[in-house]
Amino acid sequence: MASTKEIRGQIKAVQNTAKITKAMEMVAASKMRKAQKRVFDARSYAEGIRQVIANLMQAHPEYKHSFFTPRENVKRIGIILVTTDKGLCGGLNTNVLRLAVKSIRAQQAEVEVINIGRRGGAFMRRFGVTVSGSVENISDSPELSDVLGAADLAIERYIDGSYDEVHLMFSEFVNTMTQKPTVMQLLPCPVNEEPSHPGYWDYLYEPDSQIVLDGLLRRYIESLVYHGALENKACEQSARMVAMKSATDNAKGMVKDLQITYNKARQAAITQELAEIVAGGAAA
Amino acid sequence: MSTVQVLVATAEREVYRGEAEMLVAPGAAGELGILPKHAPLLSQLKPGELRITNGENVDEVFISGGFIEVQPDMITVLADSAERASDMDEAAALAAQRKAEEVLESQKGDADLALAEAELSIMAARLDWLRKKRKN
Repeated sequence: MASTKEIRGQIKAVQNTAKITKAMEMVAASKMRKAQKRVFDARSYAEGIRQVIANLMQAHPEYKHSFFTPRENVKRIGIILVTTDKGLCGGLNTNVLRLAVKSIRAQQAEVEVINIGRRGGAFMRRFGVTVSGSVENISDSPELSDVLGAADLAIERYIDGSYDEVHLMFSEFVNTMTQKPTVMQLLPCPVNEEPSHPGYWDYLYEPDSQIVLDGLLRRYIESLVYHGALENKACEQSARMVAMKSATDNAKGMVKDLQITYNKARQAAITQELAEIVAGGAAA
Repeated sequence: MSTVQVLVATAEREVYRGEAEMLVAPGAAGELGILPKHAPLLSQLKPGELRITNGENVDEVFISGGFIEVQPDMITVLADSAERASDMDEAAALAAQRKAEEVLESQKGDADLALAEAELSIMAARLDWLRKKRKN
């Protein structure tokens, strides 16, 4: 049996770990609330632009945009993969990467990855998939401009024909306990909403339809990628909170067990000492 | 007076949502004044002031560009960035403009140059607007 001193050291170490994980849990909880608020705040723009695009689809525009036309022969697919930069967030990245691997294997076409978040990029390089762009170390309060690099790269590649489809993969925030790995097709845009302004009509365009549509659709794709990054942040914090909570609980359990072992060792030492004294007295 | 629903939002947050009697926006081809029951319109916006009038209330917001969609019953402004006059700081605006100018001077590539020029025009418009507001 380990000496009482050794056990006491172990208890101390585990208690310190529990303090750290507890602190991380509380930090993650507060960051999670902020991240959720940001997802909520960004919703107006996302809904606004989606509605505009939906109106646009029924407006019979004279200019048919290439973002809406599926290509017959899909040779290469670009995937924007959103993961976290840091670890210690349970199975969050594992789940989204598992989904990514599954869908990459199921594709006939060649696949390239543009990663947002360090974890995904590192994994895909090891997995042997071409990583054609990386956005890493995003702050906890991401702005649109933080993810523009990844979104614009994918859009350029789609326009110049090196990608025939662009997908987005991220973890969707369902609730604190549940994060759902999600795949979404960005390009060509699958938009099918109920008509809100029926009848035959078209917009007045300023300066002209091509410039407005190009700009607007680009914004739309960018806002979807941004939304994915925000959702992923909320997921990261909630997953970390849950992981750290269970780590704290485990540490407390360990302290309990160690305390019992310690008490037993201490008791055994006292008993032995008493036995020795009694035996010494009897001998005298 | 009849009103129209207005939503002004940037990618990060909602800036304004409510009724309005009139909205004036800095369209790419000139200033746009929009009243309720306007014909459907889709326009690019350049950096400038967005003015939302509702009775006595006038909301003034600086936007750095974006898009406007007009339906007879709804106006949606999708701004790249937006700030109210009360939130803006002239010193910070000036510093931002200086920085944009420096970037412009140090650039060589065409793509970077275009970007820096666009940035500078936003900063200059922002500062002009802010100074105008201060005078009133």
